[in-house]
Amino acid sequence: MIDLYTRRRIANATGLSIAVLAMGFGLFWLCWILWTLLDHGLPALTGKVFTQMTPPPGSTGGLWNAIFGSLMMTVVGTLIGTPIGILAGTYLAEFGHRGWLAPVTRFINDILLSAPSIVIGLFVYEVYVVHVKHFSGWAGTIALAIIVIPIVIRTTENMLRLVPSTLREAAAALGAPQWKIINFVTLRAARAGIITGIMLAIARISGETAPLLFTALNNQFWSDNMNQPMANLPVVIFQFAMSPYTDWQNLAWAGALLITFSVLTLNILARVLFRQSASTH
Amino acid sequence: MQMSLHNARLKRQSVYDTLFRNLTRLAAFGVLVLLAAILTSLVMGSMPAIHAFGFGFLTTPDWDPVNDKFGALIPIVGTLVTSVIALVIAIPVSFGIALFLTELSPRVLRRPLGVAIELLAGIPSIIYGMWGLFVFAPLFADHIEPWLNQHIGTLPYIGPFFSGPPMGIGILTASIILAIMVIPFIASVMRDVFDVVPTMLKESAYGLGSTTWEVMLSIVLPYTKVGVAGGIMLGLGRALGETMAVTFVIGNSHELSKSLLNPGNSISSSLANEFTEAFGELYTASLIELGLILFFITFVVLSLARYMLYKLGQREGKAA
Repeated sequence: MIDLYTRRRIANATGLSIAVLAMGFGLFWLCWILWTLLDHGLPALTGKVFTQMTPPPGSTGGLWNAIFGSLMMTVVGTLIGTPIGILAGTYLAEFGHRGWLAPVTRFINDILLSAPSIVIGLFVYEVYVVHVKHFSGWAGTIALAIIVIPIVIRTTENMLRLVPSTLREAAAALGAPQWKIINFVTLRAARAGIITGIMLAIARISGETAPLLFTALNNQFWSDNMNQPMANLPVVIFQFAMSPYTDWQNLAWAGALLITFSVLTLNILARVLFRQSASTH
Repeated sequence: MQMSLHNARLKRQSVYDTLFRNLTRLAAFGVLVLLAAILTSLVMGSMPAIHAFGFGFLTTPDWDPVNDKFGALIPIVGTLVTSVIALVIAIPVSFGIALFLTELSPRVLRRPLGVAIELLAGIPSIIYGMWGLFVFAPLFADHIEPWLNQHIGTLPYIGPFFSGPPMGIGILTASIILAIMVIPFIASVMRDVFDVVPTMLKESAYGLGSTTWEVMLSIVLPYTKVGVAGGIMLGLGRALGETMAVTFVIGNSHELSKSLLNPGNSISSSLANEFTEAFGELYTASLIELGLILFFITFVVLSLARYMLYKLGQREGKAA
């Protein structure tokens, strides 16, 4: 018969060991996935990847058109989504103290933040692709912009709320009108946090595949025309990885390595930047 | 003269104020319009299928593009089953990680380890899919599935769920990969809500002689249960809508099978695989209706999640 005290000690030790194991479990997958990417992706990552177009099956080539298309859609999508997100986030933080609009918007925005991205793709297909009757870079860009908006709204609102209200009051006491207070004092004070949010949004959309499947589709050739189907890394990876050709699969690994490490670098940079700005306050 | 100039400038500033305020309000309103537009367009797009199949769509297992007969039962079941299994795996692991990060980890390691777990959420889902298909599935087929077949597949009641051809791809593989993907989301919410437990409460329990494990189970968990539930719902919302990773490893077969080792289908993987190749109005409309169902389910789950997290935040506000 084990006495109560020993039993509690054993339960404690068991529980805590399981917690340590769980932590190891989480890290294990991260390391395994990153190692796989390096193992398969590094040999495939040659200079050709950055200089040649996606090849037909059975021949060699690169990913340059896909890299370009991804960059193009990510940049333009961010440029469209960010201003809308910042404005709406500003409304929630600065003007949304009364009325129904702010709480409802906040709630809806939180839902859109984790809504399935494939549904966003369907939506853009329904309202844009069906009407212009062809897949296009613009359609992909719109889908990505819709994903950017809720992320930027969320971080903008959170960051503006961190700005001390004494700062606003000081500016108001100097006679500044509200639009100047917000644009030149509060938004500026929250700048680092908002940039962090934008970087996280960029990281999120650069890996998004599902919303691009029905919008930008893919293009085997070079295209800088946003009104044409546009090659992009995630969809090329999807198509090449699912194919039976070794050349294509190798290129898919190279693309996967590129995407993952750029996304993770963005993530880490965003955190470092935010931490630095937080420590100077 | 001087006075009127001053007034004009004041007036101009207040016009700017109104303009700016309404501009931001317009942007906020745009979010509502966006949601309304998404719902409307999905409903409009799925109208032909709604007219043709009615509510029977939800309970019919047929998926026959050639004869234009469609039912959503198999993808709906696939989505729900994979997500629930993923949660069953992810919840205890996430709890362990949050416990480790809040109570056990040395202070220096706390931040880097937390970031490492969050990076797991940063990896794009297509990468999980590729890794799952090329690395995880073959290992699973060679080592785990034969074992499951031999040891668990022969048991009564639960046996049939774990017997089947060891192919590597299927419902169970998809669930495990989903679990890995939602762990960072649940774990980081749990860590955040565990952090709001007042130190005094925990210290009182320690003072009475509780062990760390007892403090977690009888102080921290009851105090944060609403927030923990919210985090779990958030993870569920993620798992339900996850597309690319599932598409790679679920096998994409429209068959209802008892065994978790058999290939299946989910709403999002059906969409990803079939939408661009769908022919005919009814086929496309049925796929869009699948998207509508997915949006509806995640909407309900995420609303619940937000409501719970909001409740916890409210109580925290009262206590302060």
